[in-house]
Amino acid sequence: MGLSILQYQFMQNAIVAGLLAGVTCAVVGVFVVTMHLSFIGVCIAHAAFAGALLGLWLGFNPLVGALLFSLASAAIIGPIADRGELNPDTSIGIVFSLMLGLAFLFMGLMHGARTEALNLFWGSILTVTRQDIIFLAVVTGVIVALVLIFYKEIQAVICHRQVALAVGIPATAIFYGLLFSTGLTVTASLQSIGGLLVYSLILNPAAAAYQLTYSLKKMLLIAVAFGILSCWAGLLVSYILDIPSGASIVITSAIIFGLAVAFSPKRKVKGWREVGLAG
Amino acid sequence: MVDTVIKIQDAVVSYREDVALQGVSLEVSKGEFVGVIGPNGAGKTTLLTVINGLGKLVHGEVWVLGSRVDGRNGTDLRKRIGYVAQVENIDPRLPISVRETVMVGCYGRLGLFRRPTRADWQTVDKVLEMVGIAHLADRPIGHLSGGEYQKAAIARALVQQPEIFLLDEPTASIDQKAQREILNLIQLIHKEYRVTTLFVTHDLRTLPAICQRLILMKDGKIWQQGSPESVLREDVLSRLYEAPVSLPTEIARLYS
Repeated sequence: MGLSILQYQFMQNAIVAGLLAGVTCAVVGVFVVTMHLSFIGVCIAHAAFAGALLGLWLGFNPLVGALLFSLASAAIIGPIADRGELNPDTSIGIVFSLMLGLAFLFMGLMHGARTEALNLFWGSILTVTRQDIIFLAVVTGVIVALVLIFYKEIQAVICHRQVALAVGIPATAIFYGLLFSTGLTVTASLQSIGGLLVYSLILNPAAAAYQLTYSLKKMLLIAVAFGILSCWAGLLVSYILDIPSGASIVITSAIIFGLAVAFSPKRKVKGWREVGLAG
Repeated sequence: MVDTVIKIQDAVVSYREDVALQGVSLEVSKGEFVGVIGPNGAGKTTLLTVINGLGKLVHGEVWVLGSRVDGRNGTDLRKRIGYVAQVENIDPRLPISVRETVMVGCYGRLGLFRRPTRADWQTVDKVLEMVGIAHLADRPIGHLSGGEYQKAAIARALVQQPEIFLLDEPTASIDQKAQREILNLIQLIHKEYRVTTLFVTHDLRTLPAICQRLILMKDGKIWQQGSPESVLREDVLSRLYEAPVSLPTEIARLYS
């Protein structure tokens, strides 16, 4: 077997897609994990999936539908979580179930084979096109650039949102920006990772990094490394064992999370003394 | 008028069916230290939020530092207003250090696209030294005790170089020793910088001796106000809290 597999175009595309999805999912994952908004991310991921299916059913570009639905769901969920008129868990759960219901409805209304719809569900990193990779690269570039430009505001908002608001940081705009970034990331990863599995790639590497450091910069770097590792190791396992690539990527990321929890210095009472802020 | 930094006229704030402020009018002069006391639910915190633009007025007007507070200028005004709330529960695993948390106070004034300079970090270190937690600078913020956390919050508000200082029950939920330290620190800061300060508390024992005026709030209204000597009387306070109140010894000693 050796490295001969790397000579195939589809595998080269998969490796690049894995790199890009690993980076962008991990970065937005750090936001949602630190803000304890994991369920919002799950909801946005399912909204993107429903939007993509609407696109497939009505015959327009599914990525446009995914983008519109994910951004709309972020715009609906943000105020619900903020205003506290309803319990956020309940209201986000209702939006989540609505999106899942719409996804199944659109799938049910489709005529003929539903292979493309199922591909969006499970993803198919081995068949990503050049256009998919370009879109993913643009989204990854935009999100990384935004993090570099607004790092201090993002750090303030995800760690101390009320304080950020009180010191005159445009905290609400930054918060919605982070939710929209999540929607954008889900949309861009839909083709390769899939609507059902993308959220694991957002959550698991960031949650694993959260166990290992008290420094946000290091958390971002560790999460990105875990995201890329999950994608590449998952691809390798998928190739060796001949199993679906999306599933092996997600399982790999879950195993990394399990190992991070097992070896987390934060589990020890005085863990920070040993690791300091160095992680 | 030149000296008035806060002017509230007939402010009404409502949260759904509850009216939190009912026609409150108030003026605060530059450099004044004002205590705000009253039972829970009296509207004390809401009073502070209309000053920093986070509370939404249903009726009335608020002028702060020469500008009328509206939905558009709240963010700019908050850059000039230090706000310290009561101790909050935070995740002990939060990936941010005490030093970084204090630096957040600078971010509003720094604005977007500008990074903190070496001088900003030196200011943070100086302020941490001043509030007595320089030795905790690199510790994760979630690992501090309640008293230490409040010192960090005060340090954060100080690096903001505020023109107004709003303190919302800063000594609630912390032990007595830490309460004394925080109160001493607040008084020291006022003597040093003469920042216009509003100090909210429901606990008379935590009223700073430096208060020049006291506002007594009840049911969303300013029920009475005056010098500490004129309002800190057991009959007045018993009517305010609707329960027999004995003046705490330390307060009685100061104002009798």
